[in-house]
Amino acid sequence: MPTLHDILREGRMVANHRPWPRAMVNARTWQMAAATAADGRLTLLGLWGDADVVHMALLDDQAGSAAVLSLECPDKRFPSVGRLHPPAIRLERALRDMHGLEPVDCPDPRPWIDHSGGAPYPFLSAEGDSLHQIAVGPVHAGIIEPGHFRFTVNGETVVRVEERLGYVHRGIEKLMRGAMLEQGAKLAERVSGDSTVAYALAFARAVEAALELEPPPRALYIRGLMAELERLANHLGDIGAICNDASFAMMHAHCGILRERVLRAAHGCFGHRLMRDCLRPGGVARDIDAAGLALLDALVTDIRRHFPALVKLYDNTASLQDRTVTSGILKPALARQFGAGGYVGRASGRAFDVRRSIAYPPYDELEFDVPSLTEGDVNARVWIRIREVEQSLSLIEQMMARLPAGPVMTAVTSRPGESVSMVEGFRGDVLVWLRLDDDGRIVRCHLRDPSWFQWPLLEAAIEGNIVADFPLCNKSFNCSYAGHDL
Amino acid sequence: MLKFLLQGLTRPPLTEAPPSPEDAELTALAARLQTAARRRLGRSLSIRAVDAGSCNACELEIHALNNAYYDIERFGLRFVASPRHADVLLVTGPVTNNMRQALERTYNAMPNPKWVVAVGDCALDGGCFAGSAAVAGGVAKAVPVDLSIPGCPPPPLEILKGLLTLLEQM
Ligand code: SF4
Repeated sequence: MPTLHDILREGRMVANHRPWPRAMVNARTWQMAAATAADGRLTLLGLWGDADVVHMALLDDQAGSAAVLSLECPDKRFPSVGRLHPPAIRLERALRDMHGLEPVDCPDPRPWIDHSGGAPYPFLSAEGDSLHQIAVGPVHAGIIEPGHFRFTVNGETVVRVEERLGYVHRGIEKLMRGAMLEQGAKLAERVSGDSTVAYALAFARAVEAALELEPPPRALYIRGLMAELERLANHLGDIGAICNDASFAMMHAHCGILRERVLRAAHGCFGHRLMRDCLRPGGVARDIDAAGLALLDALVTDIRRHFPALVKLYDNTASLQDRTVTSGILKPALARQFGAGGYVGRASGRAFDVRRSIAYPPYDELEFDVPSLTEGDVNARVWIRIREVEQSLSLIEQMMARLPAGPVMTAVTSRPGESVSMVEGFRGDVLVWLRLDDDGRIVRCHLRDPSWFQWPLLEAAIEGNIVADFPLCNKSFNCSYAGHDL
Repeated sequence: MLKFLLQGLTRPPLTEAPPSPEDAELTALAARLQTAARRRLGRSLSIRAVDAGSCNACELEIHALNNAYYDIERFGLRFVASPRHADVLLVTGPVTNNMRQALERTYNAMPNPKWVVAVGDCALDGGCFAGSAAVAGGVAKAVPVDLSIPGCPPPPLEILKGLLTLLEQM
């Protein structure tokens, strides 16, 4: 089987694409790459369209390298990757809806993001005696994002659940076309609200790679602080929310307090609770002052004081453990096949974290663990997040101790270029692909949320569980609807 | 667990923690809300939230209203699961084409009298998604809006103030 390097050699290298190489390939090489991914030797990182071109990003885990392959499809057709490698199927369906490019022989002919068809959506069937269906959503009982779940159940046991997404499709990638960088950054931050910093960072890093800019060291550290605060807030909130879905409201209340304190500290440091409009291409829009650092210091001390007791409470409450242990098991083989990122992957043996595997500053100078487990159940996903809270606290301390002095912004020039960037959000790896024209306008910006490779796995993890455990399993994945639907 | 329960009984609640300027504002709000809600609606107002294409940040801040700092239920404001139980429809997002029908059906399922509150810049006029062919560009394009709370996202206190304003107008 060819390596990524071999595949790239078959193609024609494209100049001015950074930092990973990009090659124009023919249909044969395209299919060879798909087969290599299907074989488990490459991980599919993304698949997106452009005007009459399809692109595919691939990761060679072993070599720690990644690349983009592009295939021209002047007749608006390309050989399906999903035919060989199922993780690509939804991406191809979206591509067909958005760009009118046809993945030839894609196993699933149904639309995905485009709901305008009029005819009822044909859900996959499940047949057998005494099965019935439950339709849930898009408007859910709680205050959550919209999506539809179609359950087929036998008594209480889920036989199949099928997701229907696309309800929050806002057309972000179209709005990106022709946008100036400032507008692009605003849009990127609003792809998925809980990952504001992650998207701002991924976008900024893509711009900087395309323009070959280096933000000042202080800005890199402040970005790191922002990213870890975002991770902390989400992990703390979600650990509580998962327990709440197992009807253990006390954890929810206490974790909610800690989350609120993180958001207040973020507001105190950067002027916005979710750190909107704080991180910009070229650096950061807000420096942190001594008062801000004192706030962070107090925050870390506070969480260190209160969090361990909550962890103990989680661990020692038998009725809660009864719900989380062995529920919603995601098998390691599936996590690997789909390249599942974040705690979903790491709880199922895929110890991938962009901060470590394709390290970017400031993480290349910091010490931290990437916790991983193999059980793959709700409990394992909770534990990964508990461990990551601890790691984030330590990272914040390290960054504060080493915070370089100096400016926090470099001037952003304009010139044409192409780039790709990947950063680790709280949910997993966010990928951005960018093409800029000579006046610094965005020609094409593709944003790939980690949820693309996690949503399908939720369908697999829920099989055989009881319907009442679905909210619990769903929350333990906490995939993004907005990030997926764009 | 006993320790936590005991602490809950013996420690002062966070909601009345030493008043920082913001918390003082919260306490004052609480008093206003209580009188208003009691007078108009006999102590309670039920809210149904619908995400009509939000980035989810507005939801996060609406969620925060339930945490111990804001504890919105003490004002008689509570989130309900069914539109049939709701007085107020809280809508976020620019109203995507794909959510429009679901939003309208939720609105139609609510009994009268009913009010609609649009939360966030997106809900107001489409925010930074205005102009996209995939969105209607604001809640008012789909259902009649009684009040808008701007912000991206509006912080919990602003949402609370907005709900109070609505109550006073009722
Ligand atoms: S107003 Fe801002 S925070 Fe709210 S949904 Fe729109 S983009 Fe997100």
